[in-house]
Amino acid sequence: MPQFYGTHVESPLMLGTAQYPSPAIMAEAFHASGAGIATVSLRREGGAGQDFHNLIKGLNIPVLPNTAGCHSVREAVTTAQMARELFGTPWIKLEVIRDDDTLCPDVIALVEAARILSDDGFQVFPYCTEDLSVCGRLLDAGCAVLMPWGAPIGSGRGLNNPYGLRSLRAHFPDVALVVDAGIGLPSHAAQAMELGYDAVLLNTAVAKAGDPVAMARAMALAIEAGRLAAGANPIEARDMAAPSTPLFGMAVLA
Amino acid sequence: MKITLNGENRSLAGPSVQDALDEIGLGAAKVATALNGAFLPAAARAGTTLKDGDALEVVAPMQGG
Repeated sequence: MPQFYGTHVESPLMLGTAQYPSPAIMAEAFHASGAGIATVSLRREGGAGQDFHNLIKGLNIPVLPNTAGCHSVREAVTTAQMARELFGTPWIKLEVIRDDDTLCPDVIALVEAARILSDDGFQVFPYCTEDLSVCGRLLDAGCAVLMPWGAPIGSGRGLNNPYGLRSLRAHFPDVALVVDAGIGLPSHAAQAMELGYDAVLLNTAVAKAGDPVAMARAMALAIEAGRLAAGANPIEARDMAAPSTPLFGMAVLA
Repeated sequence: MKITLNGENRSLAGPSVQDALDEIGLGAAKVATALNGAFLPAAARAGTTLKDGDALEVVAPMQGG
């Protein structure tokens, strides 16, 4: 099971808390999936925040606050500081967005914010691209976890660049790696785990499914399957067939 | 004084940030604050005086991915 900044997490499924049909269904999805971490955000208090906070505490799993929607270093750093006080955790899912159509991270600002926050004692989970040089810079900045996107947030496209994700895994074998965003189906989540990733973070694929509770369970099973497969040393794909049934001893009937 | 509270123009008595939170019914709520874009820790609210034109953000836990 994954370890993030020395904290052991019970499941490699990290699940978001947004967009569910109701708070009750959200809680049921968490229970059905056994998710190890719940991601949350901060928004202007309009009266709903206190009940939501109690609901989250009732899940009894570690909380990972995000800086979703932030477009600048300053916004992200201030949001992280508020989140640390509110949730009592040094963990922060650092998002600094550049482009609103793709929600592509601003990797330059991301590295700068990651350095400021790491120096201030935060344990940063950066939402990043799979670019090797950017990921290297994030590690230099003090991150011990990297969270490259599979595909744009909410797109459900799965892993757009399996080669890049595999390459990242190979380059940083000892760094906790999480595929964050773009997952649509359990098979996508399984693929991420088969690549040797430590965890998968998803939200929309579960929350917006027709039956979020069933989908949450399906994701958990797929992630477990992928995790076991990655540890089982899968065979290499090949172009030519190789019969699995022995030819030796076959009766001559023709 | 006239401040911007969560993006809305408000006229509040203050004078401290904690007084303003009490005034809007969030004095005891689990919220975090930022004043003019900078984090304002809970412990500093009572000792921080608001002035005209200040922008106060008051946030709470919310759903997120």
